[in-house]
Amino acid sequence: MDKTANILLCGVGGQGILLASEVISSACMKAGYDVKQSEVHGMAQRGGSVSSHIRFGKKVYSPLIEPGSADIVASFEMLEALRYLSYMSKNTRVIVNTQKILPAPVAAGTDTYPQDVLEQLGQRKLAVFPLDGFEIAKSLGETRAVNMVLVGALSAFLALDEKIFLQVISERIPEKIQKVNREAFIKGRRTVNLLQKKAKQVQSH
Amino acid sequence: MKSGAATKEKILFSGNEAIARGAYEAGVKVASAYPGTPSTEILESLSTYKGVYTEWAPNEKVAVEVALGACFAGARALAAMKHVGLNVAADPLFTAAYTGVKGGLVIVTADDPEMHSSQNEQDNRNYAYAAKVPMLEPADASEAKEFLKAAYRISEEFDTPVLLRTTTRVAHVKGVVATGERESSSATLGIEKMPEKFVMLPGHARKRRIELEKRMTRLKEFAETFPGNIIEGGDSRKGFITSGVSFLYVKEAFPESSVLKLGMAYPFPDRMIREFASKVGELFVVEELDPFIETHVKAMGIACRGKELIPPMGELNSHIVRRAITGESKKDFFEPVPIPPRPPNLCPGCPHRGIFYVLSKLKVFVAGDIGCYTLAALRPLSAMDSCVCMGAGIGNAFGMEKALGRDSLGKIVAVIGDSTFFHSGITGLIDIVYNQGFTTVIILDNRTTGMTGHQPHPSSGVTIRGDAATPVDIGTLCRAIGVKRVFTVNPNDIGATQKLVKREIRRPEPSVIITKAPCVLLPEMKRRKDRKLYVVVPEQCMGCKTCLKLGCPAIEWVPLTRAEAKELGYKETQKGYSRINAVLCDGCGQCEPLCTFKAIVVAEDDG
Repeated sequence: MDKTANILLCGVGGQGILLASEVISSACMKAGYDVKQSEVHGMAQRGGSVSSHIRFGKKVYSPLIEPGSADIVASFEMLEALRYLSYMSKNTRVIVNTQKILPAPVAAGTDTYPQDVLEQLGQRKLAVFPLDGFEIAKSLGETRAVNMVLVGALSAFLALDEKIFLQVISERIPEKIQKVNREAFIKGRRTVNLLQKKAKQVQSH
Repeated sequence: MKSGAATKEKILFSGNEAIARGAYEAGVKVASAYPGTPSTEILESLSTYKGVYTEWAPNEKVAVEVALGACFAGARALAAMKHVGLNVAADPLFTAAYTGVKGGLVIVTADDPEMHSSQNEQDNRNYAYAAKVPMLEPADASEAKEFLKAAYRISEEFDTPVLLRTTTRVAHVKGVVATGERESSSATLGIEKMPEKFVMLPGHARKRRIELEKRMTRLKEFAETFPGNIIEGGDSRKGFITSGVSFLYVKEAFPESSVLKLGMAYPFPDRMIREFASKVGELFVVEELDPFIETHVKAMGIACRGKELIPPMGELNSHIVRRAITGESKKDFFEPVPIPPRPPNLCPGCPHRGIFYVLSKLKVFVAGDIGCYTLAALRPLSAMDSCVCMGAGIGNAFGMEKALGRDSLGKIVAVIGDSTFFHSGITGLIDIVYNQGFTTVIILDNRTTGMTGHQPHPSSGVTIRGDAATPVDIGTLCRAIGVKRVFTVNPNDIGATQKLVKREIRRPEPSVIITKAPCVLLPEMKRRKDRKLYVVVPEQCMGCKTCLKLGCPAIEWVPLTRAEAKELGYKETQKGYSRINAVLCDGCGQCEPLCTFKAIVVAEDDG
């Protein structure tokens, strides 16, 4: 793979995006690629919109993805997918966690949460893969494992062995919660594989 | 990508983690810092290595003084800070350039172009020029580690402190780093009296001043051969001079072009620059923030283009660089659509919310400063009216008091975080006491340095490594300064807090109010089992929106149409009701007494 792959993770501070980025980047490194992963800390993390750029390939220069150049976007919160539209092009695959976290102006009743996020993405002919990460994590008994559901979902698009991810999870995540995080990863990965299969069936009809 | 040598290991490190590793490999013995984005993780990470003394200093000035002292004793030492931290530490820095070092001394400055988490975006390369010290500027994590080690060798060889400058996209970008062996310093440990070198009396300083100029001349010569200054040949129609992360943007945008990368940001390798410029067609200088390189190149009489094309503010990226140089504006991405903004906010359960709610009710002018609590400036609290730098609120409030005189009594307060108070609030408070003021100072004691990720501070009772420490008692300290009226209140108790603040701001003498409640993100707070969660009893909510004035992320407004209101048994005119998000509620209880209709109650324990 000569071309550098661009992955954008976005969501809300506190959703575990930094750990998710670390797992993905470590897996890429273990698979033998050069990797750069960029994020910001500090004030932005306090409930604000956050994003993380992951680029991997033979040799990676810039740590930042250019507008229109994301190969995969994984939005950890539904609305946030729209905030990062400028990173997407017609070739971008967009994984959307349909969980809603109300931005402060919406919670305060001074703004409204758009009801047509998936439609707006669909109108732009983007390949959208929606899943309810929160429900999946909840069904496993650990709502904080949403981030690993999303990592699993994203992994379905990467030519990296599933085992590498599971190994990284066991290295990076405390032993007590490893099992549930591994399950979350697998569940997320399967969900997207199913969605892909369905999309292919629709195309062939 | 497999590692070659058996001792080397490849690790995914952020720039900050790589600097910590570099410090370990360079044999650093003493490291001191005050937390500040984007520099914080350097010391956090370094504190996990054996054989290195690490500490959180009360501020950056102390951190540099401690590191300088360690180097006077012959140890390799490090101080780390964010860009504005170097303003605080500028005093020792400028004179350390005169004393020089014994063991190597490196000061890391982490700049924040774009102001992701800062109040300004100053370009600290200017400090290298102003203080006459060499500065290295790595482009990524791997270079950060190697450059830090090189910085120690330069420091000892040239008898000078060395600045290492990173920016957010170096400090917080993770990349593949190969570990190396630990090396040792050429200096020997011990006490050595060298007054002509260490005692900067005018008579000594004048001599050191001459040494300083000689040293800079030697360093200029060294810059010509420093392996971090490199020319990458290529298509010579366009040539780029660049440094730091900007180099990566240039390589991404123009992979075929010729590039002169300055790993040493100061002093400049003039012969190298001249030679490079003579071999390329059009010469461009690509750098973030100030035209630091460009001004020098132009002063050498070399024509180049820089800031007329490249933005002088904010971060760059490869897209901005390409567009600026070629003028192309390719548009194969989607236009943004209008959506609700998602500004950062105080966390659910944050104890700061209680005091700022009270201050918003009292409509006083709130002179504040830097911390999570600066977020209280945002709606709906809108309860911070000035924020300049660490500790500024106390001086600002006192200055307003002196300008307005007695008329200002009861109308102005200063707020400051606990960690910030130790950093630079104490001297401001002394000014109030000494100069007969009456300003009320509110110290927000949440037991930690919140914004940067919960680093302990002088009253936390633990060190950076988690060892027990003697906690400095804030109240006792304030009394010792001479404040007679010192009170402590739990800010989650809004009623008691309001009563106390109202009383104290009207007193014609200095008061300190310590609002004491731990940050809810501290591990012990996250683990607590006695948490009571709150709910809104829907049928009792009258839709008055009083609870929404707290700006708590857990309290959500559910709008209703007339039909919906009627169906739910409300008056048709009721526009909606409040709801508490059970996932977000942290059980601080601030909202409960605000509801006059008693609609907010403790949730029934569902087992």
